[in-house]
Amino acid sequence: MSVVTGSSTRFGALGSNANRPDGNAKVQGGFAFSSDMWAENMLWGATMRSPHPHARLVSIDASEAWKIPGVECVVTADDVPGLPNYGLIMQDQPVFARVGDTVRYLGEPILAVAADHPETCRRALAAIKVQYEVLEPVTDPERCIDGSAPPLHPDGNVFRHQRILAGDQTIVGEIQVEGTYEIGMQDQAFLGLEAALAVPDTGGDGVELYIATQWLHEDRKQIAACLGLPEEKVRLVLGGVGGAFGAREDISLQVHTCLLALRTGRPVRISYSREESFFGHVHRHPATIWMRHHADAQGHILRIESRMVFDGGAYCSTSPAVLINAITHTQGPYKCDNATVDGWALRTNNPPCGAMRGFGVVQACFAHESQMDKLAAATGLSPVEVRLRNAMETGDRLITGQIMDSVAPVARCIRETDAIPLPPPMSVDANELLVPGGTGLTALPSNIRRGIGWGVSIKNLMYSEGFDDFSTARCRIADGAVHVKFATAEVGQGFVMLAQQIARSVLGVDDVFLDPIDTQVGSAGSTSASRQTWMSGGAVDAACRAVRDELLDLVAASRGLVRQELRIDGTDIVDGLTGARIPVAEVIGDHEIDHTVEYHHPATEDLDENGQGNCHVAFAFVAHRAVVDVDPDLGLVKVVQIATAQDVGRVLNPLSVQGQVEGGIAQGLGLAVMEEIIVTDGKVRNPSFTDYLLPTFLDAPTVDMVLIEEPEPKSPLGAKGVGEPPCVSVTPAIANAIRNAIGRELPRVPVRPYDICL
Amino acid sequence: MSIPNDSLNESYTLNVNGAEREVRDAWLGESLLYVLRERLGLPGAKGACEQGECGSCTVIIDDRAVCSCLVMAASATESRILTVESLGENGRLSDVQQAFLDAGGVQCGFCTPGFIVAVHHLLDQNPNPDDEQIKEALSGNICRCTGYGRILDAVKVAARGRRNGVTS
Repeated sequence: MSVVTGSSTRFGALGSNANRPDGNAKVQGGFAFSSDMWAENMLWGATMRSPHPHARLVSIDASEAWKIPGVECVVTADDVPGLPNYGLIMQDQPVFARVGDTVRYLGEPILAVAADHPETCRRALAAIKVQYEVLEPVTDPERCIDGSAPPLHPDGNVFRHQRILAGDQTIVGEIQVEGTYEIGMQDQAFLGLEAALAVPDTGGDGVELYIATQWLHEDRKQIAACLGLPEEKVRLVLGGVGGAFGAREDISLQVHTCLLALRTGRPVRISYSREESFFGHVHRHPATIWMRHHADAQGHILRIESRMVFDGGAYCSTSPAVLINAITHTQGPYKCDNATVDGWALRTNNPPCGAMRGFGVVQACFAHESQMDKLAAATGLSPVEVRLRNAMETGDRLITGQIMDSVAPVARCIRETDAIPLPPPMSVDANELLVPGGTGLTALPSNIRRGIGWGVSIKNLMYSEGFDDFSTARCRIADGAVHVKFATAEVGQGFVMLAQQIARSVLGVDDVFLDPIDTQVGSAGSTSASRQTWMSGGAVDAACRAVRDELLDLVAASRGLVRQELRIDGTDIVDGLTGARIPVAEVIGDHEIDHTVEYHHPATEDLDENGQGNCHVAFAFVAHRAVVDVDPDLGLVKVVQIATAQDVGRVLNPLSVQGQVEGGIAQGLGLAVMEEIIVTDGKVRNPSFTDYLLPTFLDAPTVDMVLIEEPEPKSPLGAKGVGEPPCVSVTPAIANAIRNAIGRELPRVPVRPYDICL
Repeated sequence: MSIPNDSLNESYTLNVNGAEREVRDAWLGESLLYVLRERLGLPGAKGACEQGECGSCTVIIDDRAVCSCLVMAASATESRILTVESLGENGRLSDVQQAFLDAGGVQCGFCTPGFIVAVHHLLDQNPNPDDEQIKEALSGNICRCTGYGRILDAVKVAARGRRNGVTS
């Protein structure tokens, strides 16, 4: 890895591999995840879910459950005191299905119980009789476009329909390539299962919730509305979060847990099992994307036509925003003046889909990168040359009319990736673990075909379409120490470490104390959209700068120095007039300073009816080259190496960036060759880690990376978000490599063994 | 708490981290993972799949690395059980724990305790593993955040340290 950190980087400051403040607790097993929360006199909660994807809820009879000793509470839709529904964009998802109404997906919550032991909860659920009138599920989203599906919800079957019309719609290219591509439903599969502990206030007029989430304040807004409580009566504290990847952006067990606690007057914890987790959160949208590229004989893209259909499942979640991300990234990281795009996000009786790392761009990228290889073949260019020839640059106009004003080193990403050495060929006596399929010796090295494939991508950063996803941070000097507070959800990415690094760099102190992450400060927005380093990093930076400026004012005044000459260098205040140095640690005990700052990104706009508008804040880019070994007879794939060059703006913590890149690549590999929630007739067939396959240590390829540091002027720290790009274009890179190895079109991911060998 | 009116409530004793720990009036259907976490105050082992696929609940039982979610607690009364909480001395980190931090092997941290236990077990069995041996030995531990690269580095750092005379 080539990372420039500079020899002068102070340990713990920006640019260094600082210590994670949660590190010791995490390696020792003492870090408190939300599933580790416990309270005196605590009850356990559990949820009953619909076994049908579409049915009318006829009746609920819980009388037998109440007879079981240890059962303390049963709550249904009738017990929800506030709004019956919740949702991030449309409030269309019921807290519990109501008798007489319909259930719209398999796994929809019907009721919840609280009891003294998880086993008692299980017995209580088994004793409750629920009657359904089973209805035909709508599982084909095309039926919501052609109108043949019955309305599944009062809000209709279309979450969003949006077109993009850019430039000249009549241009026909000398070269045309097209295809219809499918992307399967991927699960975020965070390891830390959904869990929460709700503690009711004495008197029962409020509640405190310890919760693993991505956005405390949005959760609070939705929970308070459903509970019928003012927001100040609902206090959220971040429970340790065992990964998120988009799956904790929506409400799952929050309202249920609070309801049970308020009804019983006792603390209640709900912890999902893995099976329940598959039904408890949204997934990556399965999508069908048709694309046709028009190009001139030299391979320059002239126009792109596309139709995208995203199956949003039963409830809206973030489907409209996911769709907008997908269609506005149709062109990929390439110049394109003319486009005709039609996008649909639709309601069906399949599992609800929403945010997952890459957020719509993953689906679009699989299509456009499959197309780029077809364009290369049609023009006789190499996959590298066709991409370089079309590479986007700063100043280009996107198909939305927005001008690319981010640093856009697309060509450099491709060239630097291309310069990374290829791995040696597989030897005939290779370790069996290196052969596709691994141990068992079913694949013979002599039968293996190697393939190389490319994927290049563009990913928007932050929220879009006019949304002001600001972040808040508070910095104070008190009792001779620096304290920083924010509501930013630490989900594993290391923001707690970055916040300390920022404070150390700005204020010249080594010890930075972090206050609890909760709703006792303003919103930080969501830990999603690759946005927290930029947004919450920007807020922490601004709050620390405000404190620093006041500190220097006070030091100048108290010591008779010229304020304009004072600055902080390392851990000292330096007087530019005399060169005198005063350790910061020496003066902070004399002052109490406290600033809370909101950071806002530049405003964006909605798209108009033709998909035109400055809808995105900023963009990041990355290139991936995959090397795979394939057994064409057995359909087995081993990803040997991923080479990547990523546009990161500025490296603030080298190991963290490396970890994000490698982790994102593993998730993209999963989507390419193994990860899929299999749904037939609205029923999830593989809700377990036995049947939903995740990349293991043996599946992980060698990752060789270059981090391209061209600081982004718009970003407060010069850094771009690095979380999502790694998992966007690695998936098509692997698919293209498999195609390269065996010569099949392979129009869907994950590529299954029978797609290769049958 | 026992389950009322259930004949399968018993008291028994487990040997955990070198100490005899009494489990009082507990339902016999509980897994070792549940008993460690909910009855004995040892939350280091984590539950993430409850079917032995992910390794988050790895503990050592009689010198074998085992998924504690698959063991009935009451069946382990004759065994010596070691959890992540037994590692390191007097609150200090073990070599493997330190290596995970130094190499960037920790993100969300949910898989980490299981990995730490599994790596200790690996290095105790084979102090000088090559890359493929490391990957195979740890292929029963799933990490969703890191892509395993920094964890591979961490194991190699710890193994190198042992070769150079640093021990746990």
